[in-house]
Amino acid sequence: MLKKTPLNAIHKQAGARMVDFGGWEMPVQYRGVIEEHLAVRNAAGLFDVSHMGEIKVDGPGALAFIQELTTNDASSLENGQVQYSALCYPHGGVVDDLTLYRFDEEHYLFCVNAANTDKDFAWMEEVLADGDFHGVALHNVSDDFAQLALQGPLAETILARLTDTAPVGIGYYHFYEGLVAGVPTIISRTGYTGEDGFELYFAPDAAENLWNALMEAGADDGLVPVGLGARDTLRLEMKYALYGHELSTEISPLEAGLGWITKLDKPSFVGREALLKQKEAGVSRRLIGFAMTEPGIPRADYPVFAEGRQVGVVTSGTMSPSLRVGIGLALVEQGFAAIGTRLQIGIRTRRVGAKVEKTPFVKKG
Amino acid sequence: MEFPEELKYTEEHEWVLIEDGVATVGITDFAQDALGDVVFVELPEVGTVLEAGKSFGVVESVKAVSDVYAPVSGEVIEINEELPDTPELVNTSPYEDGWMVKIKLADNVELDDLMDADAYQEFVEDEE
Repeated sequence: MLKKTPLNAIHKQAGARMVDFGGWEMPVQYRGVIEEHLAVRNAAGLFDVSHMGEIKVDGPGALAFIQELTTNDASSLENGQVQYSALCYPHGGVVDDLTLYRFDEEHYLFCVNAANTDKDFAWMEEVLADGDFHGVALHNVSDDFAQLALQGPLAETILARLTDTAPVGIGYYHFYEGLVAGVPTIISRTGYTGEDGFELYFAPDAAENLWNALMEAGADDGLVPVGLGARDTLRLEMKYALYGHELSTEISPLEAGLGWITKLDKPSFVGREALLKQKEAGVSRRLIGFAMTEPGIPRADYPVFAEGRQVGVVTSGTMSPSLRVGIGLALVEQGFAAIGTRLQIGIRTRRVGAKVEKTPFVKKG
Repeated sequence: MEFPEELKYTEEHEWVLIEDGVATVGITDFAQDALGDVVFVELPEVGTVLEAGKSFGVVESVKAVSDVYAPVSGEVIEINEELPDTPELVNTSPYEDGWMVKIKLADNVELDDLMDADAYQEFVEDEE
């Protein structure tokens, strides 16, 4: 039985094509992936991301626990700030990537990948039980939240029409609590598209009202509903990792280019020893972005060749709606990761030319 | 959704127009709608001999890769040269400008396996 978000009926009414995504029935597209993608790049799009999981960490021991649990340095967070981070296993593989919200020194919220929610929560309980932590309360509050992402250059303009406290002064990766169309909401200037925008967390029973209010407020600006198809192409153009593709139990954050959220100078966190060793020895493979130089579309699991032999594997690929060329991410041997390196992608029976590119693929002002 | 009367159809959602021993082949309106935005089409070379039921090409949407199967056996005598540069023709005109290959029929007997428009429409409605 697939789980449904509170907006399931609205998506179907809007003509969405629904798919099974990590056990959730989610809209993959409404009018078309390319149209939705370009709307987010040029105007604004509204995504139902209520499938994402939320886990609360409270208590006087919350920060010490989070510091041991995550790879990034949560002690640097101020109240109202968000941090991108990851959970690792002791061997350095990734449990999940996530965002961490600091309300105050004793109240934190993780937003985690939908399909990983139960796994993450079980892992957090295990780390908590294994360590010497005091005063930490852990709650899976995923059912208490619906979530919408309003993304695109016009997102702020549209949101400002529905808020009493305008989001104008809120910086990237910061959040505040306010009313959106009368609904108490965590308003977070974050996203997974590379555009300016917001992720909104609120009670599930308000989801239809808030969705309709936003769609109405943005109708004249070209706001459209956007499905998971364009969510994937948008994040790919930015080289944002997707768990299960660029990150997994077999891929370390250092290999995936997430050294910037892996704070090895922290005295301790789960996975630190293994990652430190990997860093000292040098990672043997690296995540790169590439674009096709000949016609073809790369897809996950296609082999990557150079110098007549396989040197890596594609982790994600698509036709880039912005660039109108095949682009992809791949894990390749260290020696083939430099920008400009010529590669070949094994597409069915052919080897098709590609080149390592600077990322993000799409530059935003 | 359109189901032109003059065409024959397969369970894999290809259409066939038979004229003077030549089969023109494409994918149906239902198929292009299910795929979404078509962004890449791979076709065989002229002269390739196709076997009915076997994959002869590939249609890719932004999200997915789908094989296209030969509805009849025979030799490819022409391919739609427009499709590599304008694959969206498969979406905008699946039965006309979005045609894929012309096949010189090897064996007329196979045509009995194809559905007419009414049968295909019924088949599609059962699938939905």
